[in-house]
Amino acid sequence: MSEIKKFMYLNRRAPYGTIYAWESLEVVLIGAAFDQEVSLMFVDDGVFQLVKGSDTSESDMKNFLPTYRTLGDYGVRHMFVDQASLEARGLTTDDLIQVEWEDWETEEEVDNIVEAVDADKFKELMAESDVVFSF
Amino acid sequence: MPIEVDGKTFETDEEGYLANINDWVPGVATVMAAEDELDLSDEHWDIINFLRDYYEEYQIAPAVRVLTKAVGKKLGKDKGNSKYLYGLFPYGPGKQACRYAGLPKPTGCV
Repeated sequence: MSEIKKFMYLNRRAPYGTIYAWESLEVVLIGAAFDQEVSLMFVDDGVFQLVKGSDTSESDMKNFLPTYRTLGDYGVRHMFVDQASLEARGLTTDDLIQVEWEDWETEEEVDNIVEAVDADKFKELMAESDVVFSF
Repeated sequence: MPIEVDGKTFETDEEGYLANINDWVPGVATVMAAEDELDLSDEHWDIINFLRDYYEEYQIAPAVRVLTKAVGKKLGKDKGNSKYLYGLFPYGPGKQACRYAGLPKPTGCV
């Protein structure tokens, strides 16, 4: 059996203006089939990807905010948000969606895997990742 | 190739998936299944309706692994396994059931 690696998906851009956020999400969804330890990190304008209540009805883009809520089912264990990026945009974790996680075998549950982290923790997380994908 | 349901024409992509998910009516599934020489039972409809609900909630078609787990949780453990699902949809529950349900091909499915 191959070794389990820590994958980190780094999301730095606002959703919808470019294709990056959706592409990142698709790679996470595909990558989940490979049984790796997957975490997501939202930094800079990337934090807007998780802001509640987005409405894309007047654009031609599909609203993929609901898709983030299924990531727990795809084996994503952590969704970290950079605290300083939130503050710089006048946001708090209350403005963000919540994502549940459940281990279907053990029925262990986590109500919300979205978590704000400070710069030190961010550095630590990056350092301990085996693979980092930046979008 | 477009398909015809009750005299109405529905556009599909080159792999037979419905071009516009919002066009879907149950007859689409019946006609697609008939083309595969399959009669849809209540058990088939459980999965098709499950997929419609899943898409409505999360805006994607689930990967087969996620579908299997989620079906097990919602419809009972005896149904949440690939043997049961492949029994219903021999071309693959992800591809075939999603197509009948009017969903796009599951992300990551080749």
